[in-house]
Amino acid sequence: MAKRIDVTDLDVFYGSFKAVEGVTFSVEPRSVTALIGPSGCGKSTVLRTLNRMHEVIPGAYAEGTVLLDGEDIYGADIDPVNVRRTIGMVFQRPNPFPTMSIKENVLAGLKLDGKKRPKSELEGIVEKSLRGANLWEEVKDRLDRPGAGLSGGQQQRLCIARAIAVEPQVLLMDEPCSALDPISTLAIEDLIEELKERFTIVIVTHNMQQAARVSETTAFFNLAGVGKPGKLVEIASTEMMFSNPTQQATEDYISGRFG
Amino acid sequence: MSTTLEPPGAAAPATGTPDIRGAAVRRGDRVFVGLSRGAGILILVTMAAIAVFLIWKSIPSLQANTANFFTTSEWSPDAKPVVFGIAALLFGTLMTALIAMLLAVPVGIGIALFIAHYASRRLASTLGFVTDLLAAVPSIIFGMWGIQFLTPQLQGFLQWLTTYFGWIPIFQNDLGIYTRSILIAGIVLAIMVLPTISAISREVFVQTPRTHIEAALALGATRWEMVRMAIFPFARPGMISASMLGLGRALGETIAVALLLSATYEINWHITEPGGITFAANIALKWNEAGTIGLSALVASGLVLFVITLAVNMGARLIIARRSEFSGAN
Repeated sequence: MAKRIDVTDLDVFYGSFKAVEGVTFSVEPRSVTALIGPSGCGKSTVLRTLNRMHEVIPGAYAEGTVLLDGEDIYGADIDPVNVRRTIGMVFQRPNPFPTMSIKENVLAGLKLDGKKRPKSELEGIVEKSLRGANLWEEVKDRLDRPGAGLSGGQQQRLCIARAIAVEPQVLLMDEPCSALDPISTLAIEDLIEELKERFTIVIVTHNMQQAARVSETTAFFNLAGVGKPGKLVEIASTEMMFSNPTQQATEDYISGRFG
Repeated sequence: MSTTLEPPGAAAPATGTPDIRGAAVRRGDRVFVGLSRGAGILILVTMAAIAVFLIWKSIPSLQANTANFFTTSEWSPDAKPVVFGIAALLFGTLMTALIAMLLAVPVGIGIALFIAHYASRRLASTLGFVTDLLAAVPSIIFGMWGIQFLTPQLQGFLQWLTTYFGWIPIFQNDLGIYTRSILIAGIVLAIMVLPTISAISREVFVQTPRTHIEAALALGATRWEMVRMAIFPFARPGMISASMLGLGRALGETIAVALLLSATYEINWHITEPGGITFAANIALKWNEAGTIGLSALVASGLVLFVITLAVNMGARLIIARRSEFSGAN
């Protein structure tokens, strides 16, 4: 179910602007890896290269290799559409489809592969995904109501349910709690704890306590300088990073001296 | 606009807390409320005045009419006995507008989609500019172009259509003449309403929130699946409004249709044959030669056109409102 990711010498460009340079790291299957760093350091950009979402921005491209269980997702015969079906993504702002009901939102990804599924199977997937996102008990009586009518935290969990309904190998989360209140944030963090049993998770967060709480591995990104590309400063076990980082910049950032 | 709690001109207390008592006099607010309320009422009054005028002026002819106003396909209001009815006008109006919509809606939405989400920025701005220019061409130009250029150009195609698809009744042509037909009028109308539909649809398409588009793409949607999943649902009310505005123009278009059609009062389903007329074109063609009852009869037909356009717009609003809960506006 879950796969590992190996990133080697990744450079990411927006047109002629090099946003990220020389990033190399690995993500173990069934683990949570947190990407932290100051704004604009390229951590979201790196996350989006992992399922080729960065290239939907005109002019953006990446160089280097990103291996998913040994297969390069930037290979010549790879369709980015299939990459995104394998590697799911949850965004900063909850983005359920406003015209769809809760149920339709969960099934949105499944509609894309063109397979006909019996109604009972679809209902099973809806329940399983919503249970997986800790949302089932709250919405089971109103599955046909619009997804946009839920609270922000519920909407975000709906988006997680939508992402896991297609059984991805990897789940990418781009600051999933930054638009949520502390209680909803806690609900999502608990959920991440459960999801890592089944999925490989990479999460971008601005919240260092969150990184410390949910992740096994933490990667610290920083800008090489003003106007220069972002780079990966240090990656280590979360425990190491927060107690005894090897780089001064990491320690400064974690202790709140900048960023 | 002043939001002070004190009457204008009153001296502010030099020290201490400001006095919060006293009735608020916000002249700017009051003037603005009055203006906007007045503008709203003015629209209703204008609509009512038009309706009253049309009904009032059409009564004499409707009383003098010896034939059924709705089912008669003849227009002789100044003859004795008075005989006129809107059947042929209604048919011609709805048929030309239907043809225009069938052609213009898919093409217009296609153009809008291409400009908004497929074309490169440079091509998009050029294309957008050209379609906007098309909207600025006066209708008389379209009428002349339609009859002088498009009609001869279409002869071959229409003959081909009759030869191979003549077994479909509407493409049958027993006369062998392919000019001044409902179909040609419909095609010209389609070109005329195209910029309206594509400009408004484009505006709505580009407003689709980036988050919806990314949500679809991140699920593994192809470009076209993303369009159906994120853009069309978001833009649906806008596309309906765009089509309705186009339909309104197609229903009411006067001079181009008056030039293109040969004003025969018959319901002819063979849309490639000459003949047919619309409400607006008929009013334009007959107004100057009409007598007292004739003028009244033309106003009566105008009343029907007025009601049709109102009904079309209300229908569109109903369609939009039906699923407003899911519109994302909340």
